[in-house]
Amino acid sequence: MNCEEAEVLVHALIDGELDAGHAREVEAHIEGCAHCAALMKEYQEIRQAIAESDVRYKAPLELRRKIEKALPQPQAAPTRRSVLRGFAMGSAVSAMAATGLVAIVLRNDDEQRVENEVVSAHLRSLQAGHLIDVVSTDQHTVKPWFNGKLDVSPPVIDLTAQGFTLIGGRLDYVNAREIGAVVYKRRQHVINLFVAQTANTERKSAKISTLQGFNIRRWSDRGLNYWAVSDLGADELTEFGDKFESAMHANKEG
Amino acid sequence: MVVKASQDDPEKARRFREAALPYLDDAYTLARYLLRDAADAEDAVQECYLRAFKHFDSYRGPAMKPWLFAILRNVCRAEYARRKTAPTAVEELPEGGDQTPLWNEAPETPERQLLRRFDGDTVRKLVAALAEPFRETFVLREIQNLSYREIADVAAVPVGTVMSRLARARAMLRSAWLAEQEQVK
Repeated sequence: MNCEEAEVLVHALIDGELDAGHAREVEAHIEGCAHCAALMKEYQEIRQAIAESDVRYKAPLELRRKIEKALPQPQAAPTRRSVLRGFAMGSAVSAMAATGLVAIVLRNDDEQRVENEVVSAHLRSLQAGHLIDVVSTDQHTVKPWFNGKLDVSPPVIDLTAQGFTLIGGRLDYVNAREIGAVVYKRRQHVINLFVAQTANTERKSAKISTLQGFNIRRWSDRGLNYWAVSDLGADELTEFGDKFESAMHANKEG
Repeated sequence: MVVKASQDDPEKARRFREAALPYLDDAYTLARYLLRDAADAEDAVQECYLRAFKHFDSYRGPAMKPWLFAILRNVCRAEYARRKTAPTAVEELPEGGDQTPLWNEAPETPERQLLRRFDGDTVRKLVAALAEPFRETFVLREIQNLSYREIADVAAVPVGTVMSRLARARAMLRSAWLAEQEQVK
């Protein structure tokens, strides 16, 4: 193999796209050719540098909103109605009995979908430069930042003393609407706490679930739904949720 | 022109959201590099998603990301065509530019100095300065992590062309990188 061929094939070698036979040929050439060996080293270094730098862009929220708006809106109600229409063919009594069941099934579906979405949002946030819109370890900076950006102001609580460092906040998009995310860190693990308004003010105690290797702790309190998502273990995420909830209660009472 | 989405299929919309919206940042990143303009990129991605939704019924694969990219690339090419007629046309590859020999960009053997690391803005600038079609190939490979086969499908060219374009792109970027390094010294 000559240098001219190697200079093209070396890229496929770097990218792991060469079959074993060609890979050996290129490697053999590089072993005996200082020029190509040095080039390959540089290409690898540049590749590494690019992989480690922030070269991606984040889609503006406005763009996400415009696309969402152009798509038919998700409507849980019509689906439910069309299911019930089937039942209505039978006796009124069985339809009544079925309503509870259907509602439960659908609600679980909805919950599953929203959990999928918060995990996607969590994954998106981990890409370079996407994690936080407002960088601050001060709850009195993060909380006002949300004002005017959302129809609900997510509670921002400093849990540094409890071992969870507040690092900032972010606007995100879940379930076809804007949602606030408060971002915490424990060691190198990121916790996204998503907060959304709900019409239901009933308190729902925490549930832990796992999706795509991430743990989700979900609970509801005082008209807000919470999802804490992290790669932290279930025990530590539970600890986070417990500390957050007790700090919330202390705040309200104090 | 904006394609109007039909209003009668929330279930289709739900599946589409789940499948396609996670790639919104990827699509926007690609559009930014292809068009080098934030507002145009935004328009192109919006158009891409509406077209994708329209054709979502017939989507059977490949993976969602390359499928979206193929649509996005077509939208961006339409934008190139529009700009060409506009007074401030962007640079287009001269005829046969694809065949320019590699060694035009690959300078003398490196003298093993360490490559400097640049911040994200500088790296973005260097990548954005690559000429087409090398920029497109490079971004699909290095920033979007597509395989050669997927890049070939998105760009509608043979895999061999992907390989030669990528070799040129990396050689050009290496030269630009070294030049930048020289400048800030």
